[in-house]
This record gives sequence, C-alpha cells and structure tokens, in this order.
Amino acid sequence: MKYSQKRSQRTSKIAAVLLLCLALTFLISLNTGLIQIAPIDVFRLLIGSGSEQNAVILFDFRLPRMVIALLIGAGIGISGAILQGISRNELADPGILGINAGAGFAVILFIFYFQGNAASAGAAIWVLPLFAMLGALLAGACTYLFAWKGGVSPTRLVLSGIGVNAAFAALIIVFQLKMDPKNFSQAIVWLSGSIWGTNWAYVLAVFPWILILIPYTIYKSRYLNVLYLGDELAKALGVRIEKERRKLLITSVLLAGTCVAVGGGIAFLGLVAPHLARRLAGPRHEHFLPVTALIGALLLLAADVIGRVILMPTEVPVGLVVSALGAPYFIYLLIKMD
Amino acid sequence: MVFHRFRRSGIDNREGAVQKSRPFAASIILAAGLFLLVVLTGVSIAYGAADIQVSTVWNSFVHFDPAIASHQIIHELRMPRAVAAAAAGAFLAVSGAIMQGMTRNPLASPSIMGITAGSSFVLALAFIFDAHASPNKLVFWSFVGSGLGAFLVFGIGALSKRGLTPVKLALAGSAVTALLTSVSSALAMHFDVARDLSFWYAGGVAGIRWESVRVVLPIAVVGLAAAMLISRSITVLSLGEEVAKGLGQKVKLAKVSGLLVVLLLTGAAVSLAGVVGFVGLVIPHITRFLVGVDYRWIIPCSAVLGGLLLIMADIMARMINPPFETPLGAVTALVGVPFFLYLSRREGGGTR
Repeated sequence: MKYSQKRSQRTSKIAAVLLLCLALTFLISLNTGLIQIAPIDVFRLLIGSGSEQNAVILFDFRLPRMVIALLIGAGIGISGAILQGISRNELADPGILGINAGAGFAVILFIFYFQGNAASAGAAIWVLPLFAMLGALLAGACTYLFAWKGGVSPTRLVLSGIGVNAAFAALIIVFQLKMDPKNFSQAIVWLSGSIWGTNWAYVLAVFPWILILIPYTIYKSRYLNVLYLGDELAKALGVRIEKERRKLLITSVLLAGTCVAVGGGIAFLGLVAPHLARRLAGPRHEHFLPVTALIGALLLLAADVIGRVILMPTEVPVGLVVSALGAPYFIYLLIKMD
Repeated sequence: MVFHRFRRSGIDNREGAVQKSRPFAASIILAAGLFLLVVLTGVSIAYGAADIQVSTVWNSFVHFDPAIASHQIIHELRMPRAVAAAAAGAFLAVSGAIMQGMTRNPLASPSIMGITAGSSFVLALAFIFDAHASPNKLVFWSFVGSGLGAFLVFGIGALSKRGLTPVKLALAGSAVTALLTSVSSALAMHFDVARDLSFWYAGGVAGIRWESVRVVLPIAVVGLAAAMLISRSITVLSLGEEVAKGLGQKVKLAKVSGLLVVLLLTGAAVSLAGVVGFVGLVIPHITRFLVGVDYRWIIPCSAVLGGLLLIMADIMARMINPPFETPLGAVTALVGVPFFLYLSRREGGGTR
C-alpha cells in the first residue's frame, strides 16, 4: 500500500507540473501566428476589451484550434497507451493499426466525389469527420479480422496493421493523383495531419467522445495492467482476455478515429506520449494514463505552435512536426531497447 | 516484441521440407521467364493510348523507319518505358533477396528498411532546389540517398546495445522513413512542389526517356553481376551468422559487399521508377518457394520474376482506369498486401 500511495503522490506532483507547462504553452500559443497579438492585448481580450479584429482572430480561430489540439492530443495519447498495453508492444501506435490510413482514404473519397458540389459544401463540415470516423473503424476492423485466427496474438495484430496500412495508402494514392490541384492540396494537408477544424462546432463534436472514452479507459486500467503481463498470466488471473482485449481495442479505435477525423493523420504522438508518461509515472495504468493524456495534449499544442512559426508564412501541418520530433525519440528508444 | 518469432525461426528451417535447392525448376523458370519477359515487353510496347499493332512493333525493330510516327513512338516512348519497368523490378527483387538472405528477416526489403525512403528524400530535395537537374544528376542523387538511408538505419543498429538484430533493423527502417518523409513533405509544401513530388513518390515509369535508362542500366548491370558473384556467400549467411563463421566465411566482408550491392540496385531502381514497394518483399519469397534455398539460383530467378511482375504491373497500371495512369506503386501494393498479410498470419504463430 505504501508504495502505491507514494506513486499516487508522485503522479499528482507530475500532473501539477504538466498542467503548469500546459498553461504556459497555451499562453504562448495564444499570441503566436501570422498575425501576432501581444500578450497584453491577449489579456485585454480575455477580460472583455480590445479590438474587434483581434477578438475575431482569437476567439473564432485561434482558441477553438487550441482547444481541439488539447483534446485530440489527449485522445491520441490514450489510444496509443491502450494499444501498447494490449499488444504488449512498446512501439505500437494508432497509425500502425491502419487507422490513420483508413480515415485518410475515407476523407480522400469524400473530397474526390463531393467536393466542389455546391449543394454539399455546407454539409461538408459535418459529414467529413463522420466519413473519417467510418474509415478509421473500417480499417480497425480489417486489421482485427486479418489478425484473427481463433484469437488475436499481439504480433499478428501489429503485422496485419502494417499490411492494412499499406493497402489503404495505395488506394489513397490512386485517388489523390486524379484530383485537381485545389482538392489535391486540401487532401495533402489533411493527410499530413493538420488541425483544420478551426471552429467551435468541431470542439463540440469531439468533446463528448473524449469525455466518455478517456475516463472509461482509466476505469479499465486494472485490465490493462493484467493484459500487459501477457496472455498466459492474464488467463491465469481469470481475465477473459479476448473479450477485454476487444473492448479495449474498440475504445482505442474510437478514440483514434475521433481524433483523426479533426486532426488528420498524426503519427508518433500515440507512441511517444505513453512512453514519456510511463517513464515519469511508472508502469501502472491508473497512474500513467492521466499523465499520458496531459503529455499528449502538451505535445500537440507545442507542435502546433512550432508548425505555425517554423516556416512562416507556410503553416507546416502539425502531424509533420510531430513526426519530425517523434521519430528521433523513437530511434532513441530503439537504441536503448534490449 | 513484434518480430520476436522471426529471430527464432530462420527463413530456411521454417520451410521445413524445402531445405534443398532445385536447379531443374530454377532453369525452367529462367528460360520460361526470359521468354515471357520478351513477350510481355512486346505487349507493353503495343499497348497504350496510340493503338499500335504487334506487327508494327516487330517492323519497327526489323526495319526502323524514322519517318513513321508509330515507329518513333515505339522507340522514344514505349521501349524505354518497358525496359525501365523490367529493370526496376529486377533490381528491387534482387536487392530484396539479398537483404532477406543477409538479415534472415522474412520482412526485409528495400522499402521496409528505409533505403528507398533515403533515396526519395534526397531526390525530393533535388526537385526542390535543382528543378531542372539532368538525368545523370538525378541518378547520382538517388544513389547518395540510398546510401543515406542505409547509413542511418545501420548506424542506429550499430549504436544500439545488442547490434543489428532483424527486429531493430525493421523498426529503425520505419522510423527513418517517417522522419525523412515528414521533412521532405514539409519542404515540398513550403516550396509548392507537393503535387509533382507525390506523382513521383507514387512510382511509375510513364515519362521515362532513353537518357535516364542509359545512365542507370550499366551501373545496375554491374550490380547484378556483383550480386551473382556474392550469391554463394549469401547462401551461407542465410544459414545464420554462427554457422557462416563456423564454415570459415568472412562474415563482415560478405555483409559489406552485400550491402553495397543492395545500395547500388535500390538506388538505380528508385531513380528509374520512384517508390515502388512490395516487389522486393514478395518476389524473393515466391522465388525461394519455387527454387529452394540456394542463392545462386534465387538471385537470377528473382531478377527475372521481379522484371515480369513490374512489367505486368505497368501494363495493368495503364489498363485499370484509362486514360489515367494508375500509379505503379499502388498496383504493386495492391498485389503485395494480400501476400504480406498471408505471411504475417503464418509468421504470427499458432492460435494464440
């Protein structure tokens, strides 16, 4: 008991520090961008005075985008943590299950067939995330089915994910190259992982899912702890592994699907966030899952700021920033790994 | 660990009964394959937007007449295209075979190990900063790039605690691929060449000219010859490093020369056809299944089968959705993915 108390204390401390960092990044993010708003003006705007133009930029564009970054950062982090838990593979990531590619394919189809169709232009805002979600679910289901052989082994799950990923990537290319230039550039920005839904409606669309699924995952930490020990041990401890694994997998796919729907294909975040969290808060899921969510949010928010300023005036999609930072960390993990 | 099963079971003892080499089957494959290759080259030349009879193709070889438009088309557009497809397929298949033999990793192939990514990264830079580079230059950059990719991946392997396990190589390959791709696409967006770049990324031999083929072919033929020369050592290496050492093989030397050949062939293939995945993965497996374990036969047969696959894929790419060309890389992926899934189901172990 003493150990776990110590751990929880430590976890709360870590969480406090992370929240502080998050607040700082949030403030920085508020006043960076193509149009800079000085900190003092931001403050004025927040208390209700300040210029009209700045208010529009801040409240209608920058703020919803940041809130979305926070939400999907947390979501992708947790989704990755689940995958790493159930596949017992420290290098698993939602992208690996083909989820990003599946959602990407659905979005490409949508842009290809419905874009430019004037009647659907208004509906696009609502339908596009839905499409992405369906694609993510489809890809997740494919991966699971191909890996099924009277049960799903972690190894087969990852391998069949790589395969499904490649198949969807190929389909994406087929359609992408048939697009006209305008649609094409929209598609490629989406695929690279960009928070394009700068609109409060998206925040509303994402929020309920995150609000339900993350606490549900934390509630399930017990099973994650056991599954992480390995199938034999989990069975011996009386867990119905296949059933729990399926439930958790669905949770993970739903989370990733929601996030991909508004954030595009963001790779490596689901890998890096749980890792850092495990390092900080220890291996028990009830401790490190909340930390994972915080780290995921922090990383994505920071990456968004970096993407906005690094190649000004081009906005580098946040997904590219995350991979450019995440891949070296992954390599570092690989070097350290036994 | 993801691939932990592969380490335990080498490629060859997994085959169980297929422990021996089958020279007879191999010679048949070589003969029939070469014949088919010629036939398909003819088909590939005849098929296209401008309708050309097979007899015209024949005539254009026997009595070439520069005044006839279709002869011009055949010589300047269709032929280099067919040759490039066959050559790129052969190169990729051979480098995949060598990599699988050297690393004993059934999933090894140029694209999975990050070598094609290196190549395409450097070529992307060339697109951005030197838009009108000559074919010579592009080929050179492609080689530099495949060297860069291999250097990064193997460097990571060398830095890590237990050296170059197959697992680490594959994972390092995917990380390097992600890193290089993200940097090059950010730059491509900034410099507004994203669309050109993805056409090229998609893989294809559509716009190829004799100049490029002429530059690449001699280099790569040297590579193929070298592959044949080291094929014996690859066979020994594929039995496992300890066995190879025990048999008196100079393991380091064999590995370094194998890697050099892989770089040469992959660089050549990428500069011809862009990023075409799965050829280097699938063909060596099929070949090994057909001709057994001797790399002296596997390497030439892989070359022939790889050439066949890619020339067929190129014909399909034109047929699927005319008048659009479907990217070659997408066609090979759609052929290769089911095979990959089959492999991973088999490798993934029992019913657990």
